[in-house]
Amino acid sequence: MLTDELGQGGTAAGGPGNRAGHQGGAGQNLVQLITPTGERVSHPEFDPWVQDISDEQLGTLYEDLVAIRRIDTEATALQRQGELALWPPLLGQEASQIGSARALRADDFVFSSYRDNGVAYCRGVDLTDIVRVWRGNASSGWDPYTVNMATPQIIIGAQTLHATGYAMGIQNDGVDSVAITYFGDGATSEGDVNEALVFAASFQAPVVFFCQNNHWAISEPVRLQSHIQIADRAAGFGIPSMRVDGNDVLAVMAATRVALDRARRGGGPTFIEAVTYRMGPHTTADDPTRYRDANELEDWAAKDPIRRVKALLDRKGLLTEEFEAAVQQKADAVAREMRAGCINMPEPEPLDIFKHVYSTPNSWLDRQQDHYSRYLASFGDPAGAHSEEGAR
Amino acid sequence: MTQMTFARAINSGLRKSLENDPKVILMGEDIGTLGGVFRVTDGLQKDFGKHRVVDTPLAESGIMGTAVGLAYRGYRPVVEIQFDGFIYPAFDQIVCQVAKLHYRTQGAVKMPITIRVPFGGGIGSPEHHSESPEAYFTHTSGLRVVSPSSPQDAHTMIQQAISCDDPVLYFEPKRRYHDKGEVDESLDAAGSLSMEKARVITEGHDVTLVAYGPLVKTARDAAMAAADEGVSVEVIDLRSLAPVDFATVEASVRKTGRMVITHEAGQSGGLGAELAASITERCFYHLEAAPVRITGFDVPYPYSKLEMHHLPSLDRILDGVDRALGRPNSLSGLEG
Repeated sequence: MLTDELGQGGTAAGGPGNRAGHQGGAGQNLVQLITPTGERVSHPEFDPWVQDISDEQLGTLYEDLVAIRRIDTEATALQRQGELALWPPLLGQEASQIGSARALRADDFVFSSYRDNGVAYCRGVDLTDIVRVWRGNASSGWDPYTVNMATPQIIIGAQTLHATGYAMGIQNDGVDSVAITYFGDGATSEGDVNEALVFAASFQAPVVFFCQNNHWAISEPVRLQSHIQIADRAAGFGIPSMRVDGNDVLAVMAATRVALDRARRGGGPTFIEAVTYRMGPHTTADDPTRYRDANELEDWAAKDPIRRVKALLDRKGLLTEEFEAAVQQKADAVAREMRAGCINMPEPEPLDIFKHVYSTPNSWLDRQQDHYSRYLASFGDPAGAHSEEGAR
Repeated sequence: MTQMTFARAINSGLRKSLENDPKVILMGEDIGTLGGVFRVTDGLQKDFGKHRVVDTPLAESGIMGTAVGLAYRGYRPVVEIQFDGFIYPAFDQIVCQVAKLHYRTQGAVKMPITIRVPFGGGIGSPEHHSESPEAYFTHTSGLRVVSPSSPQDAHTMIQQAISCDDPVLYFEPKRRYHDKGEVDESLDAAGSLSMEKARVITEGHDVTLVAYGPLVKTARDAAMAAADEGVSVEVIDLRSLAPVDFATVEASVRKTGRMVITHEAGQSGGLGAELAASITERCFYHLEAAPVRITGFDVPYPYSKLEMHHLPSLDRILDGVDRALGRPNSLSGLEG
């Protein structure tokens, strides 16, 4: 059913994003502005939200999509080469992440999951910082306040509450920033996500719930998480929702702008279900051939988020050799930068293990650190330069 | 100095924190209009508004998780968990987020959240209303755990907890809420004895008796009763449960050579075990006898008709003091 829907342009009933959802039935139509074959279809409610996107900006979005796929592929390669311990590929979800993140303002604040590296890229996170965690050199990669994006959450759905609380803070501060939280279809079963929706609705907090329904939570299909369309669940919380083609960068951007605008105007939270597909494994440690049909993968490959923008650019006569070369050059450059940053990352010092557990001294921990320093020193090594082999 | 109840002393401390720092925000179930089921936040919403004293939906993880978000935004949330036994839905957010975000972000994100938990038994309540879950939290790195035992401490320590840049679990002995004491509200909380320090509340030289929260009063009464029998008991109010101020406990045990630890929580894996092990490690050669633990049993909190058997009483504590001293006691003649 989903496969069929994604093949054609949809229309939303009612105003943009005001849909209150269905009791059962077919659910909401999918908002789509670019078909899989690259046709720009008109949509009276959502077109106005992206009418400012010039040909040049469309080209920039295309470059973002290509670059993040290149980064993602490079990171998978780094894992296969033993440079990263693990990597959660976002392959297939590029449009969901780029389209939404490029709709944000610098003063908005992002609370994401571990797969949202395309969002991190858009926020300006240093590429080396994106892989820091996955190399095992830190518990998180960057200072959230420098890019207004929390470091990715691993506990499923926990970040939706953080976004809601942050949005309550924005509300108290009397400014028009917005918090946006990214999570998956699996997360919608978590209590935290449901509690976040309750709090957001009760306090009318300026928060956007951006659910990437990529159809799989490791091996569990989305139908195990929800008996109805995920977007329609929002109605039960009194939160307006939209269901967009998550492989359509323009539709995603339009929907996100609708939601952000509502939040900035004091209209409270919005729920967006971006219908997309995880083309790769859950992580590099996963083997999706154990649980999903190759045909399904083929169906979704035909709806690739990058190819359709490329086709649209081509239709518009913008896909020159020069342009394509420039995009490829950019993608290769960012991949090279990330690889170099990854491989040249300085190793942590043994006693770093004790740093930042508390913000002020702690007598229990100070004693343990002191004892471990002495232990390390007993090998005649300065504490920082001690290796595991040296201990034996 | 003003005579006030334990609950009122916390209320007064919360009020001062709300006055002194516009970023302090109180959150919890029924804390606003009602003033809390124990009236600890009575009148605060009326005086500081609904945006600073927030009645939340009934979802503990939701309260804790949104507090994390507010802390991200630069706020200093003070969260009330209505009863000890209701904290578990928030456990994940406390352990995985509140406790670890500072470490995870290498100090970039501070979590100055105070989690107020009325705890302990002795009030004849049904299940889930009388628990002592402190050891779950003392075992979790990144958290600080304190428990006041007097109105004055309750007043100053709540202010210290709120101004602390680390997350603090603040366990309130609910059966002492109505106890009265002298409170000097003009005391500068920052200049008062740190919440991380233990306090010797009764000096003695035969046995060290360590207690915290609701059992400090019982311990003090036990020391007075022991004195009648010519036994000199030194009572230490731990105040901070994580980290424990071992220096103060150690100094006392070096003097007395004997230690009895008491808490309402079950024995195995409890704070008494940590105290016994650490003190044994630190001053083994000063010990004249094995440390003794007088605690609740390893049972679910019992129904109220039996709770007096579960809760360490003055007599059970004195029996423990006798064991530490090698005097005749209920276990005389038993090996191990």
